[in-house]
Amino acid sequence: MNRENQELIFEISKEGRIGYSLPELDVPATNINDLIPSEYQREEEPDLPEVSELQIVRHYTALSTRNHGVDSGFYPLGSCTMKYNPKINEDVARFPGFAHLHPYQDPSTIQGALELMYKLQTSLEEITGMDQVTLQPAAGAHGEWTGLMMIRAFHEANGDYHRTKVIVPDSAHGTNPASATVAGFESVTVRSNEKGIVDLDHLREVVGEDTAALMLTNPNTLGLFEEEIVEMAKIVHEAGGKLYYDGANSNAILGITRPGDMGFDVVHLNLHKTFTTPHGGGGPGSGPVGVKKELVPYLPKPVIMKDGDNYYFEYNLPESIGRVKPYYGNFGINVRAYTYIRTMGPVGLRKVSEYAVLNANYMFRRLEPYFDAPYKQHCKHEFVLSGRRQKKLGVRTLDIAKRLLDFGYHPPTIYFPLNVEECLMIEPTETESKETLDEFIDAMIQIAKEAEGNPEIVQEAPHNTVIDRLDETTAARKPVLRYQKEN
Amino acid sequence: MKFRYLPMTDKDQKDMMETIGIDNIDELFADIPKDIRFDGDLKIEEALDETTLLKEMGRLANKNINIKEYNSFLGAGVYEHYVPTVVNHMLLRSEFYTAYTPYQPEISQGELQAIFEFQTMVCELTGMEIANSSMYDGPTALAEAAMMSAGHTRKKTILVSKTVHPEAREVLKTNAKGQNLTVVEIDEKDGVTDLDHLSSEYSDDTACVVVQYPNFLGNVEDLKAIEKIAHQGKGLFVVSSNPLSLGVLQPPGKFGADVVVGDVQPFGISTQLGGPHCGYFAVTKKLMRKVPGRLVGQTTDDHGNRGFVLTLQAREQHIRRDKATSNICSNQALNALAASIAMSALGKHGVKDMAMQNIQKAHYAKEQLKKNGLEIAFDKPTFNEFVVRLNKPVKEVNEELLAHKIIGGYDLSRDYPDKENMMLVAVTELRSKEDIEEFASVLGGVK
Repeated sequence: MNRENQELIFEISKEGRIGYSLPELDVPATNINDLIPSEYQREEEPDLPEVSELQIVRHYTALSTRNHGVDSGFYPLGSCTMKYNPKINEDVARFPGFAHLHPYQDPSTIQGALELMYKLQTSLEEITGMDQVTLQPAAGAHGEWTGLMMIRAFHEANGDYHRTKVIVPDSAHGTNPASATVAGFESVTVRSNEKGIVDLDHLREVVGEDTAALMLTNPNTLGLFEEEIVEMAKIVHEAGGKLYYDGANSNAILGITRPGDMGFDVVHLNLHKTFTTPHGGGGPGSGPVGVKKELVPYLPKPVIMKDGDNYYFEYNLPESIGRVKPYYGNFGINVRAYTYIRTMGPVGLRKVSEYAVLNANYMFRRLEPYFDAPYKQHCKHEFVLSGRRQKKLGVRTLDIAKRLLDFGYHPPTIYFPLNVEECLMIEPTETESKETLDEFIDAMIQIAKEAEGNPEIVQEAPHNTVIDRLDETTAARKPVLRYQKEN
Repeated sequence: MKFRYLPMTDKDQKDMMETIGIDNIDELFADIPKDIRFDGDLKIEEALDETTLLKEMGRLANKNINIKEYNSFLGAGVYEHYVPTVVNHMLLRSEFYTAYTPYQPEISQGELQAIFEFQTMVCELTGMEIANSSMYDGPTALAEAAMMSAGHTRKKTILVSKTVHPEAREVLKTNAKGQNLTVVEIDEKDGVTDLDHLSSEYSDDTACVVVQYPNFLGNVEDLKAIEKIAHQGKGLFVVSSNPLSLGVLQPPGKFGADVVVGDVQPFGISTQLGGPHCGYFAVTKKLMRKVPGRLVGQTTDDHGNRGFVLTLQAREQHIRRDKATSNICSNQALNALAASIAMSALGKHGVKDMAMQNIQKAHYAKEQLKKNGLEIAFDKPTFNEFVVRLNKPVKEVNEELLAHKIIGGYDLSRDYPDKENMMLVAVTELRSKEDIEEFASVLGGVK
C-alpha cells in the first residue's frame, strides 16, 4: 500500500492546466447577456481542480492503492457477502446497447433491455418463490421501504388503519426499524432465545391486532436458520399481519429453500450481495422486491409486462403505492445480476449456497477452540464469535479487527449483531478457496495467541497500513467536511 | 458440472466435511424443516459458457437502439454528454469498485479521500457549505430533502412546483405518504412557477418550498422572488438543480437556498436507461446534523497525518435505528467517484466551457426551429432544454423522426394535460451544427 501522504486533487491544481478536450463551438456564438440575465449568471467561478490528464490518472491510481477491495484480498465481512465481482458483468454492462439507452426512448427501441429485465424478474420470482418482482428499488433499504409501503397499502385497502406496528427481532439490521419508521410504522422488538432464534412465546405476546408485519432475516444475522419459521408465519398471519423477508442473507438459500415457501409475503434481495454486482465502495446497489399475489396490485409504477413477443411498461395501476424511483431502477446493476444468473444457472446457484455454508462451517469449527462461540449449532453462510475471552486479557474486538489489517485482510463485521458481546461476524462466501480460509484462520489463531502473550501488538494495531487509527471523536466534534483553500 | 467462480475441489470438500464432522453437505441444512426444503432444480435458464453468454447478452443489447447511433434530442432529466476517456479507466481500478462502504478507514483512505473531494466539488458548484457523499438519484434526493425539511421544521405541508420533474414529484408523494405529510402542487404559469399561487398556498404549516432550476420545461426560475416567499415563514427553500448548468448559472446557494439537490449524471455517468445515476445533497451549515446519508470528514491519526473517516454517524440508520429520519444505507459511491473524476478532468474551465456550449447550441436550435416554421413555447432564459409546439401529437412526430435516425424530444402530454403537442427538446454539446440543422429541417417537415 501507498504510505505517502496523499495530496488532494485541489492541492495538485495549478492555474492554466486542463484535462479535457471539447471541440470549438461550431454554431454562431450569441452574447451571453442576451441569453441569460446578468443576475442569473454565475459571478464567482467554482473552484474546481485544474489538472492535466496524467495528473488525474496518477491521483486516482494512487488513491486506489490506498483502498482494499475483494480483488485485493479476503473480505469476510459478515452480512455483506463480499464475493467475487465477475469481470464479464462489467464488460456486459458497458455494451453500448445497454450503457447508452435513454429511459424515455420509445419502448419499441429498447425491447432488448425490457426482455432482459423481464427475464431477470422471472428468474428472481422462481428463486424466491414469489408471484411478481419489481426491479425498481435502488438498494436493500430502499427495497425494505418499498415493501413496507405495499404492506401498508394492503392493510389500508382492507380498512385496517390500526395496523401501525412492525415487529423486528433484536438481531435485525439497523435498516429494518429505520425503514419501518420512514414508512410510517412504529417498530416493536421481539427477543431472541438462548438458541439465537426468535423467541416464539415473546412473538405471541407482541403480535396483535395492531401488527402490520414481522420483518425477518433468515438465516438471521447470527447465521442461524429460523427453524420455527413455519410456526412464526402462522402466528403472524393468524393475527392478520404480513411477513417481510430481508434478503440480505440470501446467499445461504439459493435452490435450497425459498422465502415464498417459508410463508413470506414480501421479499427484497440485495443484488450487490447475493448476485455479485459490485459494492462500489458503498453503492450503487439494486434491491428488487418480490410479492405474493395479494400484494401485486400495490407494486410501484411502472411494472414490466409481456404480450406475445412484445415487452412493455404498464402504468395503469390504480392501487399502486406510486413511484419509488425515477425511470426503471438501477438498470446497469440489473444487467450485471442477470449476466451472473446466466453464468451459474440452476445447478450453479445451488452450489453457491452449499459451498458458502460449507466454508462458513469449516471456519467456524476451526476457530471455535480459540474464541467463544455463543451459538454452537451448524451455521449457514456466516457465523458469530465473541471476543469476551480476549477482552478479559485487555484486547477488544476492535483491536482484533485492526490487527487483521496487518495481515492484509478486511476484518469481519464487528459489534453486530448487538445482542452478542464483543461480536465478530464472519462470512467467507463461496468464491474463496480453502487455502485462503486456512491462511485467515491461521492469522486469527495467531492473534488469539498474541492476546495472551503479547497483547500490545494487538492493542496498538494496525502497524502496516497507510495510516494509523484515526481520531474519530475530533472528526465528529469539529467536522471538516470539505477542502478549503488556505489563504 | 464445474464453475469458474467456485474454487471448491472434491478433496477440499472431503477435508472440510471431516473437520466439521459431517458426511454430507445436506447435514448442514438439517435445521430447515422438510416441507419448506426446495426439491429439484430451480426453473431458471441453464448456465451458459462465457462465449455463448457474451453472444446472448450481445443479442439483447443489439435489440436496442442506442443513442450513440442516432441523433438524440432527448433529455428531461437524463443527458448525453461528453465523458472524458480517463473516467472509465480510473473507475475500473477494482480497488474502488470491489470495496464495501469504507467503515475501516485504515484500508479505505482512497475511497474516503475521493468522496471528500466529491463533497467539496458539489459545495463549489452549488454554492453550499456542506454536501453528503451521494444519494440514489436526483428525484429521491429531492424527496429526502422534503422529508428532512418536515423533520427540521416540524411542519407538515410541502409546496412543490409543477415545473419540478414529474417523476420527482411522484417519488415525493410516495415518500410523503409514508411520513403522513401533505404535498401541494403549485401551478405553472408561462413556463415557470406561478408566484401568486405559491404565495397564496404558503402557510404556517409550510415545511418547504421545492423548485427546480433550470426547471423541467427548461426555463430558469426566478429564484430571487421564490426565496422571498419560501422564507416568509419557517419553511426551508429547496432547489433541485442540474449541476452542469451551474457552470454558468448563479448557484442556488447565492439565492439563499437551504438545500440544493440534483443528479450529477451529466458528469461522467452514462444514461444506462435511467440508472444507476447519482444524487447529490447539499445544505447550509445549520442543517449539517440533519443531512441523510453518509458524510466523510477530515481528521488525523496518532502521528498527526491527515486522514479521512465516515463521520457524524449518529444521524444514520445503523446507529439510530427506529429514530432515524432516513433509512438510506447503500448510496451511489462509485458513481460519485465517476462524477469526481469527470469534474476533475473538466475542471474549472471545462465545466464552464461545456455549460456555455449547451446554452449556445440550445439557442441555435431554437433559432433553427423557428426558421423552419416552428414555435418555441416560452420566451424565457433556458440552459440546454426548451419546449417546442407542434401541430400533432409528439408520439406521432417522434415515430417519423425515428425513420430519419433522430430520437426526438420528450412528450410533455405524458404529464401535463394542457401540453398536448408540446415537445421538450434537449441540445447538449454533443450535437453538432449539422445535427441541429438536420433535426430542425426534418421536424419542420413533419410537425
